[in-house]
Amino acid sequence: MDHHLILRAITKILVAPILLYGLYVQFHGDFGPGGGFQAGVIFAVGFILYGTVFGLRNLRDKVPDYVVHRFVALGLLIYAGTGVVNLFQGGNFLDYNVMAQKGYQGQHWGIIAVELGVGVTVFAVMLAIYYAFAGRPPQINDEDW
Amino acid sequence: MSALVNHSLILVVLIPLLAAPLCMLFGNRAVAFWISFFASLFALILSLHLLLMVIDGDVLSYHLGGWAPPLGIEYRVDAANALVLLIVSAISTVVLPYARVSIKDEIAEHHHTLFFACYMLCFTGLLGVAITGDAFNVFVFLEISSLSTYVLVALGANKDKRALSAAYDYLILGTIGATFFVIGLGLIYMSTGTLNMVDLSQRLAPLEDNKTVRTAFAFIVIGMGLKIAIYPLHRWLPGAYTYAPSAISAFLAATATKVAIYVVLRFMFSVFSAKFGFELDTVRLIFFPFAIIAMFAASLIAVYQVNLKRLLAYSSIAQIGYMLLGVALFSSAGLTATMAHLFNHAITKGAMFMAVGAIIMRIGSPLLPKMAGLGRQMPWTSAAIVLGGLSLIGVPGTAGFVSKWLLLTAAFQQGYWFIALLIVASSLLAVIYVWKCVETLYLTPSTSNVAVAEAPLSLLVPTYVLVIATIWFGLDASTITVASQTAAESLIGGGYGGEATVMGVEGRK
Repeated sequence: MDHHLILRAITKILVAPILLYGLYVQFHGDFGPGGGFQAGVIFAVGFILYGTVFGLRNLRDKVPDYVVHRFVALGLLIYAGTGVVNLFQGGNFLDYNVMAQKGYQGQHWGIIAVELGVGVTVFAVMLAIYYAFAGRPPQINDEDW
Repeated sequence: MSALVNHSLILVVLIPLLAAPLCMLFGNRAVAFWISFFASLFALILSLHLLLMVIDGDVLSYHLGGWAPPLGIEYRVDAANALVLLIVSAISTVVLPYARVSIKDEIAEHHHTLFFACYMLCFTGLLGVAITGDAFNVFVFLEISSLSTYVLVALGANKDKRALSAAYDYLILGTIGATFFVIGLGLIYMSTGTLNMVDLSQRLAPLEDNKTVRTAFAFIVIGMGLKIAIYPLHRWLPGAYTYAPSAISAFLAATATKVAIYVVLRFMFSVFSAKFGFELDTVRLIFFPFAIIAMFAASLIAVYQVNLKRLLAYSSIAQIGYMLLGVALFSSAGLTATMAHLFNHAITKGAMFMAVGAIIMRIGSPLLPKMAGLGRQMPWTSAAIVLGGLSLIGVPGTAGFVSKWLLLTAAFQQGYWFIALLIVASSLLAVIYVWKCVETLYLTPSTSNVAVAEAPLSLLVPTYVLVIATIWFGLDASTITVASQTAAESLIGGGYGGEATVMGVEGRK
């Protein structure tokens, strides 16, 4: 790991701001451009950059496959779970109005919750795709067919 | 309890949808199975309840997100889609316990939880397609079910690598189908500015001569035709059914094409006015010949198959011909036959694929010559195949007879005695391929000396649930005929677009 000093140094500097920007896009999504999808991709880019420069194995040690799989599921659960909460609060499925005193406040809460779900799933799916492509066996043996 | 009923329209889709990520989160094969099983059972109970609520011709509506249609997404249930919901959830509930055992030999252990998660997603998608009253929502759920289906088919690769190319074929053709469908939706959205089905039907009524709308109709019918596997568009089906894991073959054969047929019916009758397809004679000219070609060509191909799963797959294409013929007759009786055949063929084919899966588990091959003389060694499984086969032919006393009888009556009602003759003639082809199975299983002496045990009870019980259902609904035809009749009336009479009871909370306008 003595090669590419510049790349490694710059990556270390960049990863944190990328993640921070991802969070900004996530939580500013209901006021400005952005939202869960973009935020998830940006957040995943931080990890993918790390994986590309420091090696897939290092990244997989830190974020193992089973964690990624769980996150994929967790996002969907957050989204659908928000709808279930609305059901328990007496509204229809995904009726955010019942989440707060005033309807528009409820809409804010609802959007933030479901976008968080979208963000988590998109982040995890991006990583899963990266793992699948970057981690494929370099060559397929004849007997594997 | 009342809240449960009140929100049953959303819960029937939501519970399986929640089950999928829960399977993944727990990551344990046994837990994943039980979660899926209970989700499926729950959906079955709810859809049965929904069917009972709409069997008199009522329509139920649910406003998602508290926004009233046409602005918000609406779920809308009449007898037609309640029947489809029942087919999908019943088959899923029966297939799941079968899958728990059958996948042990077919899919790598570490993929089992993912299998159940995918299965639940596919199940959610199929239910969603059936229940939704929003045209674009149909596309979304269609993609959910299709994408997970491709994965499920590809999981057969552990046993036979050809599953990969079969899944890829299905992926390409299925995606073309979905793309055509969404192009059609885009065109009608452009012409009307709405996506709610009821709203669409009102706004499309004056646009019958509009070229854009007609093009949209063509795109939608052809796109869904690919998913149905109407005869010349059936290329993906034999491969997908042959190489998928046994449980998935049974599940797909019994549900996926049925849901696609439902979508075509819904768009033809409830969204576009029925006149659209039929007074222009376009659909009649297209559906009649292709339905009849399917009945004969696919049955003929089935006769020459050596692989039993492939034989059943071709037989499915032929049976799809009967369903389309009922649509092409364009009468309430014809549609009744179609709806009844959706149900009857689902239970018949489900039972047969499950029985074949049990044989494959024991002898490790789907090839007919390898099954010679198995009738003595696996009497129950072989009997299931024979009983299913009788239903495919349409022997009185089986479910297949009921729907073929309805179809024949519908043809005679319109004075198409020639068509009726063709229906009978193509049934004779079914006799040939079913006889081929019987001959191999019972009359050919066994070639190998290895003793084969009867399939385990865990596979036999789910198979026999469907076999008994096949006989039951063959003897007691009234239940399913009444449901199909209400469904046909609702489709052809426009009951779907009429007054609906709003379930849950009324949405904001």
